[in-house]
Amino acid sequence: MFDFLKRLFGRNRSIPQRGDAVTAELNQEQQWEITGQRTGQALQKFWVGTGLDVGRRRENNEDALLALQATLGVESGGQPLGIFVVSDGMGGHRSGEVASENAVRALGNYLIHKVYEPLLGPNPHPAEESLREIMEAGILHAHNAVKRSAPGGGCTLTAALMVGSQMVIGHLGDSRAYAVEKDGRITVLTKDHTLVNRLQEMGQLTAEEAAIHPQKSVLYRALGQGDAITADIATSTLPASGALLLCSDGLWGFVPEEDIEQIINAAATPELACQHLVEAANQAGGPDNIAVVLVRLSK
Amino acid sequence: MKESALSEEQSTRDLDPQDSGGSHSQFKKGDIVNERYEIQEIVGVGGMGAAYRARDKNFKAIRLVVIKEMISQVTDSLVRKNIFQIFEREANILATLRHPAIPRIYDYFIIRDRAYLVLEFIHGKNLEQVLNENKTFFPEEQIISWGIELCDVLDYLHSHKPEPIIFRDVKPSNIMASSQGHIALVDFGIAKVFESGQKNTMVGTQGYSPPDQYRGEATPQVDIYALGATLHHLITLRDPQLEAPFTFGERPMLEINSNISPELAAVVERALEYKPEDRYQSTSEMKDALINVARKTGTLLNLSASGSAAISTRGLDVKPLWVFECEDELRGSPVYHNGQLYVGCYDNNLYAIDAANGDFQWKYASDGGIPGRPAVFENNIYFGSEDNRMHVVSTRSGKVVWTYYTDGPVRSSPRIAEGHAFIGSDDGYLHAVSTASGRASWKAEAGSPVRATAFVTGEYVYFGSEAGDFTCVDFRGDARWRFKAKRAITSSPVVTDEAVYFGSMDGTIYALDANSGWVVWRFRLGKGTISTPFVANNLLYTGAADHLIYCIDVRSAKEMWRFTSGHQVTGSPVVVGDAVYCGSVDGSLYCLDAQSGRLRWKFDTGGPITGTPVIHDEMIFIGSTDNNLYALLAT
Repeated sequence: MFDFLKRLFGRNRSIPQRGDAVTAELNQEQQWEITGQRTGQALQKFWVGTGLDVGRRRENNEDALLALQATLGVESGGQPLGIFVVSDGMGGHRSGEVASENAVRALGNYLIHKVYEPLLGPNPHPAEESLREIMEAGILHAHNAVKRSAPGGGCTLTAALMVGSQMVIGHLGDSRAYAVEKDGRITVLTKDHTLVNRLQEMGQLTAEEAAIHPQKSVLYRALGQGDAITADIATSTLPASGALLLCSDGLWGFVPEEDIEQIINAAATPELACQHLVEAANQAGGPDNIAVVLVRLSK
Repeated sequence: MKESALSEEQSTRDLDPQDSGGSHSQFKKGDIVNERYEIQEIVGVGGMGAAYRARDKNFKAIRLVVIKEMISQVTDSLVRKNIFQIFEREANILATLRHPAIPRIYDYFIIRDRAYLVLEFIHGKNLEQVLNENKTFFPEEQIISWGIELCDVLDYLHSHKPEPIIFRDVKPSNIMASSQGHIALVDFGIAKVFESGQKNTMVGTQGYSPPDQYRGEATPQVDIYALGATLHHLITLRDPQLEAPFTFGERPMLEINSNISPELAAVVERALEYKPEDRYQSTSEMKDALINVARKTGTLLNLSASGSAAISTRGLDVKPLWVFECEDELRGSPVYHNGQLYVGCYDNNLYAIDAANGDFQWKYASDGGIPGRPAVFENNIYFGSEDNRMHVVSTRSGKVVWTYYTDGPVRSSPRIAEGHAFIGSDDGYLHAVSTASGRASWKAEAGSPVRATAFVTGEYVYFGSEAGDFTCVDFRGDARWRFKAKRAITSSPVVTDEAVYFGSMDGTIYALDANSGWVVWRFRLGKGTISTPFVANNLLYTGAADHLIYCIDVRSAKEMWRFTSGHQVTGSPVVVGDAVYCGSVDGSLYCLDAQSGRLRWKFDTGGPITGTPVIHDEMIFIGSTDNNLYALLAT
């Protein structure tokens, strides 16, 4: 039954898409919802798009990302799984790109090993630790990997782990996670660990002053820096609809949030949305590398 | 001062053994009065007799009372009998009054020629003492705050049915100021019954009483004038008793105290008008005027910001609206339905009680203690008993409809959904019993006693067991997933937003994905818990055996605050609005600020509280192992 619906679903997806056609996009949204209702399954579906671009001013790309989704549909209760990571490196002599690349690899490896391997083995079982503990340990693992591979370098890390109907977001630095609703609301889920943001929190700077501050990307917390790290970790229920966006400051620093929201909600697919987001950042001058991961959610 | 000198004189005369018919004089410290009250000290000697602070020995917890003694001057036995009858009638009226600013009357009794009234003990000073000690002017917000509270309590009395109650003697010495900055009206006119027949006694006090009171009128305007005189005294620090009557106009408030606003002076002036019809027509009108002054002058901000005034009117003097006494301990929790409360007791009975007044409606006897919380469905009450059964009883008649047998004591509470009552038993099963047939549709095996209450969502049923197994079954009773804690799960699960939360005796609060059983986070408590968590606004509240009430952010799994009670917290917190209500084995029900965990007030019962309060229509109902079910006003 489920396979049949999945085939049906697959066909829906292959409806020819026109990037500028609003009606086509609405159509598909409706199809998704109808399909979801008809299956009667609580399995969450992720529709993922990614975009990675060096930008217009830089020569190398210090941003890195990972997007991984899997669905296990079995009678004994399969679990949808999503691992999504964005990282933005820092430090000279190529250590920035080494840092972000190794952070993404190390965290991805750890999460797959801890979360998904147990489910695919002969005796499927959930992980021993809590999702929160796994994310914490995974970030520590990535931290150590950065320190080994890029001494002196560092990177941001914003990662979402989705299992069943739960989501854990781990975060360090100034990349961001946004929740984007279909009705046009866009909410930032993470807190920038920048000095400027801290000054703003303490009432020392206004939002306007912060936006043009020369040191606006100086981080007070980053992966690979210092011995002990404290990541922000938040768990929540996966929203039934809408989208999750992970991005580096190459996007959010130059494209206003309203534009980000409109691009996402106007695009027919997450892939197209990511493409348009990268274009928007480049049109704004493209001063920095751009990494975006967009996950559309529907049941 | 004049007044106290006069009292002194009177009291010596009153207490003269010859005058009081040869009976005993005063009680001494340590005397047990009426087989119940242990005298601690004399707190006052007034015109009628003495007042004592005493401890009520009927309560294990320390409950202090004031015993007012009233000695009849009348020697004729018939007239005296009549006076005592009036006293009894008055005491009965006062006993029905429920207001935070009126001391409760607990009891009264008559010994020979003396009548005694047992009142709530209020910790604080009367305003006369406060005035005597205070050499500088009071801040305006303090005066306004007292004024508003006095209007409030007078309005309550004036609105009394069937007859309005006119206090007739508002003055600083009859107003108690608690250490929390709140006021209470003391010394009700009941004593006046005993003054009748004495010469030169007028009800009221010169200086505070308006001209109309001298004509024998008792209207709300009498109290409004006296309240105005009291406020005038508080503003100017000049005692009207030392001045000629009705001469407030000669002591303009703004000239004596330039710190107060002309608006406040105007309100007091209107209350002091010579003709009653020129004064405020009601205390609620005067209260609105005072609030307007506070609003206009900005003192309203200080009122709420200072925290001492106007807020948490109940402070530490929370009084039950009513108390219902059972024959044994109340370890479980009440349920509210249609104006009735249903609560199970260790005397094997389920009681039905009128929620409005605590009147007994009926009781139904099972053959074992009833530890859980009953559930109501279609005019029937479902509850488990240690007699191995789930009983179903009609709410109307209190008669049994059917019972369902398990193979062990039933200590969990039923949950009713989808035409079934889900209930756990010490026989190691969760039973799904059809509400239509009274027969089991299925039993889900837990392997050990099930004492937690199941949680039922649209698709699944969740429950824990004493061996630490947590199970999610579907509506056919087939297990969908299981999770194992290290020790018993007696705490009942709560499912919200696809996550299930529960505590365990292993000292952990677990958050699991409701669909898969994956652990989302764990939170370590100081000790184990059987308290059922309460989740509201992404905050989880729970008690634990380490004496604490915790508030945990469910997104970050971080502790927001903790509150330390005096003993284990086995009952569950309940959040209503911005307040958390939670009982503790230390015997108190706590009301905390839901955001900060700050104590707003607590209410002491005479025994450990192990159950959970139920809150309906701003009333809180809580059972205690002192055998009582209490009704309190939520704040």
